[in-house]
Amino acid sequence: MAASTLKIENLHVSIEGKEIIKGLNLEINGGEIHAVMGPNGTGKSTLASAIMGHPKYEITEGSVFLDNEDVLEMEVDERAKAGLFLAMQYPSEVSGVTNADFLRSAINARREEGDEISLMKFIKKLDGKMAELDMGEEFAQRYLNEGFSGGEKKRNEILQLMMLEPKIAVLDEIDSGLDIDALKVVSKGVNAMRNESFGCLIITHYQRLLNYITPDKVHVMMQGRIVKSGGAELAQRLEAEGYDWIKEELGIKDETVGQEA
Amino acid sequence: MSVDTKIAFDQEYIKAYSEKRQEPKWMAALRLKALEKSENLPMPKPDKTKIDKWNFTSFKHDVAGEAISSLEDLPEDVRDLVAKDQESGNLLVHRNSTPVFSQLSNELKEQGVIFTDIQTALQNHGDLVEKYFMKDVMKVDENRLTAVHAALLNSGTFLYVPRNVEIEVPIQALYWQEDPEAGLFNHVIIVAEDNSSVTYVENFLSYGHDVESVANIIAEVHVGQNARVTFGSVDNLAKGVTTYVNRRANVARDGKVDWALAQMNDGNTVSTNTTHLIGDGSYADSKTVTIGRGSQSQNFTNQIFHHGQNSEGVLLVHGVQKDSASAIFNGVTKIEHGAKKSNGEQTQRVLMMNEKARGDANPILLIDEDDVMAGHAASVGKVDPVQLYYLQSRGISRQEAERLIIHGFLAPVINELPIEGVRKRAVEVTEGKVN
Ligand SMILES: Nc1ncnc2c1ncn2[C@@H]1O[C@H](COP(=O)(O)OP(=O)(O)O)[C@@H](O)[C@H]1O
Ligand SMILES: [Mg+2]
Repeated sequence: MAASTLKIENLHVSIEGKEIIKGLNLEINGGEIHAVMGPNGTGKSTLASAIMGHPKYEITEGSVFLDNEDVLEMEVDERAKAGLFLAMQYPSEVSGVTNADFLRSAINARREEGDEISLMKFIKKLDGKMAELDMGEEFAQRYLNEGFSGGEKKRNEILQLMMLEPKIAVLDEIDSGLDIDALKVVSKGVNAMRNESFGCLIITHYQRLLNYITPDKVHVMMQGRIVKSGGAELAQRLEAEGYDWIKEELGIKDETVGQEA
Repeated sequence: MSVDTKIAFDQEYIKAYSEKRQEPKWMAALRLKALEKSENLPMPKPDKTKIDKWNFTSFKHDVAGEAISSLEDLPEDVRDLVAKDQESGNLLVHRNSTPVFSQLSNELKEQGVIFTDIQTALQNHGDLVEKYFMKDVMKVDENRLTAVHAALLNSGTFLYVPRNVEIEVPIQALYWQEDPEAGLFNHVIIVAEDNSSVTYVENFLSYGHDVESVANIIAEVHVGQNARVTFGSVDNLAKGVTTYVNRRANVARDGKVDWALAQMNDGNTVSTNTTHLIGDGSYADSKTVTIGRGSQSQNFTNQIFHHGQNSEGVLLVHGVQKDSASAIFNGVTKIEHGAKKSNGEQTQRVLMMNEKARGDANPILLIDEDDVMAGHAASVGKVDPVQLYYLQSRGISRQEAERLIIHGFLAPVINELPIEGVRKRAVEVTEGKVN
């Protein structure tokens, strides 16, 4: 599979009439891992949701392209089928639908009618990935995210990532609520995905996760824009010194969206 | 404009019809009296659903059904309804109300079990049928439609299980309306004598989509002391059929009734499922799933009346409303004075798939006794757009996402349906209704 590129240009996103993302540019190529960091309320999840097509978010300006395809013109399921994936900060719970049935539907949605994955093959793959993520077998038959702890939901998002093998994945706060062992397991899962044709955007407000998944590029988000970019060393400096030095450097008093006026 | 709800059949017609069916005198008299009463009785008034413009008069009453020599003669989709383990078992098939296939194992016959179509039962067991026909459970003169039902009865089943006889395998009756204009006036009587047990499953099926017709269905269930009846149904009548259905049981001391109703009609429907827990320690469990679609309007009343002490009733209803379908769900738990230490629980959940769909759940608790427990939960909600987004974000189409959510919503009831055949069929019909 050839490497893909996700290209975001001058993106503006509003929710309920309020502009949250204010002209954001970002390019992620297959084989690269980017990290977007920033304190709470700076628009990170809004960016992720806008890329995936969350119904509440309105794109008012700018473009998002996956290779030559206009992502913003696509329905949510078409975006996924084109190769995008979002591990959500707050995944939904769906009662009565087992994890296994859901994943099989998702895999088959990518395949032609008549070419559905065989049950044997599916189970084998699912068992393998669940083992890699230290997930008990019972998770296959539990209802999708229903009653899952925060950490279990995160693992389940990574399980979906590994089962669906997208071209470009956005992982939104995949580390929050995880203890150190779980963090290692999840990181192992993401690292196992690493290859020339897989691009990844990791959203976090902790540097911790980046000790296990070394990013190629690090971006800092404030007030709905990327205000600083660098290499892995930028994340380390943020860990050591916090965000204040960036705010000072750029003359930002309050980094959250909507406070700058 | 109000549609005429008077039926176009006179005394002469009814008399001749009863004669043709070689019915006992009492039945002919009952029909004639019912016809007379029907002229003055009011129409039923389902709470919050207007039925005054529904078709109750346009149908054909006496349509023949072609005989079959074996089940192989049935079209595949009809034959598919016959539970696999049922092919050599206890089965009754009606075609346009005409019984065309009937089978009961010798073992059950020897034990005194009667399982036959209502016409044969009236001929061969007239006295026994008379004892139960619209006497204690249902009444002829409850409203115009119950009276019309008695006057025009043209189909049905009589199932009699003697004292101490326990039947393990389900007994199935299939009512296939091949002619879309054929009206169905179907009467089922189940008598489970003391200490007996039986499972009865019925399927109603018609095609023909918009062709107008009427189904006026009654099931009367008598549960004796310490007897147990499991009653399953999959209703799947076409869009043009107006359905008025009453399924009702009286339960004696320590008796138990389980209702498992998959109500998947495509036409306007008024359905009432009623249990009277008469004896002390009697028990009722009533489960209903339904999907409304298109522009159909439906009214479901599920009710349990507690008369006996220590009686227990559990109601569970899950309904999905699609397109511009509308439905009213009335859950009634009534605990009569003196029904001490009784327990009544009810849950009704309604899921609406879009803006135009309508659903309304009315939990009604009527309690005339202090020393009881009762509880209810009702919820009516729209499908969560974020849930759809989540499923779609994995590549699942909108339609498939809705299908998964509907399945998930109905699963807690469908999975609990006590009869495998009904469970499977409910899933299949759900599938057909969702796509
Ligand atoms: N559904 C929503 N409704 C209203 N405001 C929202 C919604 N989602 C996000 N916001 C606002 O957008 C801003 C950015 O939020 P978010 O993108 O979640 O930030 P982050 O992920 O960086 O913590 C915040 O001010 C938040 O209050
Ligand atoms: Mg966030």
